[in-house]
Amino acid sequence: MKTMLQNREILLAVLILVMILLVGVITPDFLLPSNLLAVYNDTSILIILALGQMLVILTRCIDLSVAANLALTGMVVAMLNSAYPALPVPLLMGVGALLGLLLGVVNGALVWKLGIPAIVVTLGTMSIYRGLVFLLSDGAWVNAHEMSASFVSIPRSTVLGLPVLAWVSVLVIVIMVHFTRQRRLGREIYAAGNNPTAAFYTGIQVGRLQFVAFSISGLLAGLCGYLWVSRYAVAYVDVAAGFELQVIAACVIGGVSIMGGIGTVQGCVLGALFLGVINNALPVLGVSPFWQMAISGAVIVIAVIANSRAERKVGRIILKKAALHAG
Amino acid sequence: MEKIMHKPMATSGLPAIGLSRRLLSWEFFLLLMTAVVFGLNSLASPYFLDPWNLSDATFNFVEKAVVALPLAMLIICREIDLSVASIIALASAAMGFTAQAGAGTELIVLAGLVTGLLCGLVNGLLVTRFEIPSIVVTIGTMSLFRGITYILLGDTVLKNYPESFAYLGQGYVYWVFSFEFVLFGVLALLFYGLLHRTNFGRRTYAIGNNPTAAFYSGINVARHRLILFVLVGLISGLASVLLTSRLGSTRPTIALGWELSIITMVVLGGVSIMGGAGTILGVVIAVFLMGLVTFGLGLLNVPGIVMSIIIGAMLIGVIATPVLLIKFKGRKSAP
Repeated sequence: MKTMLQNREILLAVLILVMILLVGVITPDFLLPSNLLAVYNDTSILIILALGQMLVILTRCIDLSVAANLALTGMVVAMLNSAYPALPVPLLMGVGALLGLLLGVVNGALVWKLGIPAIVVTLGTMSIYRGLVFLLSDGAWVNAHEMSASFVSIPRSTVLGLPVLAWVSVLVIVIMVHFTRQRRLGREIYAAGNNPTAAFYTGIQVGRLQFVAFSISGLLAGLCGYLWVSRYAVAYVDVAAGFELQVIAACVIGGVSIMGGIGTVQGCVLGALFLGVINNALPVLGVSPFWQMAISGAVIVIAVIANSRAERKVGRIILKKAALHAG
Repeated sequence: MEKIMHKPMATSGLPAIGLSRRLLSWEFFLLLMTAVVFGLNSLASPYFLDPWNLSDATFNFVEKAVVALPLAMLIICREIDLSVASIIALASAAMGFTAQAGAGTELIVLAGLVTGLLCGLVNGLLVTRFEIPSIVVTIGTMSLFRGITYILLGDTVLKNYPESFAYLGQGYVYWVFSFEFVLFGVLALLFYGLLHRTNFGRRTYAIGNNPTAAFYSGINVARHRLILFVLVGLISGLASVLLTSRLGSTRPTIALGWELSIITMVVLGGVSIMGGAGTILGVVIAVFLMGLVTFGLGLLNVPGIVMSIIIGAMLIGVIATPVLLIKFKGRKSAP
């Protein structure tokens, strides 16, 4: 039992279950399978983005531009759809993912080739991508009636009991589990983040892996661009504004270390679900929406305090006190 | 670590550099850019060079610039604070309620400053006591402080500020020099002294360059960081006083997104985000550069969101330039 409680993922899963049950005690309808499914579906985009962000954070970088990337690709896809309703939706999804990949490649190249710190690069591209949405749309909205029926309905249509949106996130989770555990590239990303110097001497190009991580994060953000815009059936400049912080928060709650090298797909998914359950439970409990931001802020702070205890590396530096103070 | 965390610029602020080095310094480059933008602005609009017009221009960036000064020191010390804009909001709410209770200007200002200080203390304690990376802590407190502001204010607006309170953000000390601007000048001098002329400043660089070595040299690293976080909080509270006084009202969305433009000012000023390098002079010039660019674009009727493209491109471009120059030079000299 003790080891089980020490395992972060299990602890987090238990916490989520307790939360769901507590909400269920007050409003039993929350426990209906259809509602729980809706909660998962609602969290799907956060899960996908958090998994991309996790790869970036594993390499000791951070991608603040994901939400702006999502807004830009979402707007491009929505405008394409309203201008050429005949274009098949899978093609548009591909366009979105490719454009997202391109935006991620820009981030990755600046970090890899020019050695500019990731936080500076993505702070800049975040403003640029968001501004481009305005330039492209001239500040106008693309509304539901301008989108084709299939564009809006595909993520909602149910296949084998699950909406396509949820299936996409399941697919991304499965691919990411395989990628981070079985593929050489995935393992190298952990090595690069855990100890860049050691990775360098083993022949791993740290910068190249940061580039790869940014590219994947961009690709997933581009995919989410379509999913977001079609799910909410609207595209405008401020789509997902500030969502990058939720994405990073999901990673941190899930135990991804901001210092790189530590983090698992299942932890990250649970972190996203944790936030998703809170976001969905608060309105059900009748909590004023004005409380939501403070609650998620408090959750992040508490989660990182819990993380800091788990992550503390013992015995690496002989003088423990020194490690404690110098951090 | 050093391999990937490569510093694009190295302006350490040491006084002993020759003229040729100084001409190549980051500050000189920024000054040149500022002069160019200034010249372009005066060409673009005949109204630009009017003293009152220039004075009006300062209002748009002085409140952010005030926060950039302590934040520069914090970033030099290898930490970061993303919650500054949320601190401004919470401090503004505190002032709004103090004013609503019928308090005078002094008490309102005190409420703002104390709130800022306490927020900084929360950040600092979380970072130093629990050893959590400051970027994560302040992402959390950024939501927390702004969230508390939302809880306190909901969708209401507080605007029962006494008349004398308005002077702080709207008054003029002498001719075109506003109180805000003069205060920024005084603070810039104070922070220059603190960073470049005191032991405290030298310790800030030492910790930023190598926290472990600094610890073994007898510097109380945790306490030093805590002081800097409190200082950033306090000055954010001060910025909140200025902003609230200028706007004459408090909304929960006050100063939304400011943390990014403030950090952009600091980084543009040549402060290394990896710590250990940067000067107050650079930050001050960067503040004016950004202020002039924004104002000039405003004169040309460029919408705010397009300005953010230009600011973002400027941030990356300005930092990439020296790296590209070094790469280009390195390739040429290679056999």
